[in-house]
Amino acid sequence: MSKSAKQVLFDPVFNDNPIALQVLGICSALAVTTRLDKSITMAVAVIIVTAFSSAAVSVIRKKIPTSIRIIVQMTIIASLVILVDQVLKAFVYDVSKELSVFVGLIITNCIVMGRAEGFAMQNNAKDSFLDGVGNGLGYSLILIVVGFFRELFGSGSLFGVPVMPEAYQPNGLMLLSPSAFFLIGFFIWILRTYKPEQVEAE
Amino acid sequence: MDQYFYELFTLFLRSAFVENLALVYFLGMCTFLAVSKNVKTAVQLGMAVIVVQAITVPANWALNYYLLSGGSFLPDLGFLRLICFIGVIAAIVQILEMTLDRFFPALYNALGIFLPLITVNCAILGGSLFMQERDYSCSESIVYGVGSGFGWAVAIAALAGIREKMKYSDVPSGLRGLGITFITVGLMALAFMVFNGI
Repeated sequence: MSKSAKQVLFDPVFNDNPIALQVLGICSALAVTTRLDKSITMAVAVIIVTAFSSAAVSVIRKKIPTSIRIIVQMTIIASLVILVDQVLKAFVYDVSKELSVFVGLIITNCIVMGRAEGFAMQNNAKDSFLDGVGNGLGYSLILIVVGFFRELFGSGSLFGVPVMPEAYQPNGLMLLSPSAFFLIGFFIWILRTYKPEQVEAE
Repeated sequence: MDQYFYELFTLFLRSAFVENLALVYFLGMCTFLAVSKNVKTAVQLGMAVIVVQAITVPANWALNYYLLSGGSFLPDLGFLRLICFIGVIAAIVQILEMTLDRFFPALYNALGIFLPLITVNCAILGGSLFMQERDYSCSESIVYGVGSGFGWAVAIAALAGIREKMKYSDVPSGLRGLGITFITVGLMALAFMVFNGI
């Protein structure tokens, strides 16, 4: 289990991506990606919460009784999410309004819980922090890619600034839910063609 | 009075189909994808979600309305909403598990492993948060809880049915497993958009 800090940080981005391979945290990944600025806000929020909750859980891991560990983790995560939520409301109110319930839903985002349970309970605080950041980055990568394509083709703009030529007719389907599923499906396809060892056995 | 029931019925249909938690709001996706490999377990999980959703949404409504929204003897405690909701959900799931174990062992054995999973199911917390954001009344929140749980259950049962059939098809290797599931869910979401005009 002795991986270098760099591996801990960057493995989750491509080799062990939380969304594409571990099937964690898909819930919020899809709903917030209609615009790039929303995706980035969400990505930053998730990185912060995952990193600090993993670190906090790891610091007190030897003192948590096994039977109530889920509740302890949940409380730590919920407190962090409340902090993030309040900060977003205070500084970027418009985006926070658009994200609506999905900031709150970071609590039940399986990435946060999964890393706390799966990694932070066995490792020291520094590695857990890096692992949290790494998984947050892996999540952000997909969020940003999907957000980029959905905003570009769905509204012909990026960050709300029109970039497509005048003649481009925005494809409204890209803003609706089905396209998010298709995009992630294709992303996984590309990733697995590139890295065949991730292909699932039949 | 008729008008009132008509509105509740519309809300039920809307929460179950038009605003389907799984396919339109992408909630509860993690379990949705992980536990949809065969129809039987998917249906059981769906039942568990309906039950939990029908209890937690009204419970959180009461908590939010009487204690957290201000106006009562307490100040506005809105910032505690998230931690309270998740606490209520965890507690109710735990109580439900113990009650089922004591009085309905058969049902407990069927749902057993899925109940704890539900605590971290975004659909449950999402339901409560939507209830609060949209200012539902008491009866509306009950109907919304049942309806959204029902919609989620229908979606997971349907996906499990499709995946069972899909075992026999020849999927490109890179898409096998998760990739094709995503695309299937996308197509299902497309189908569910038909309800939009109702």
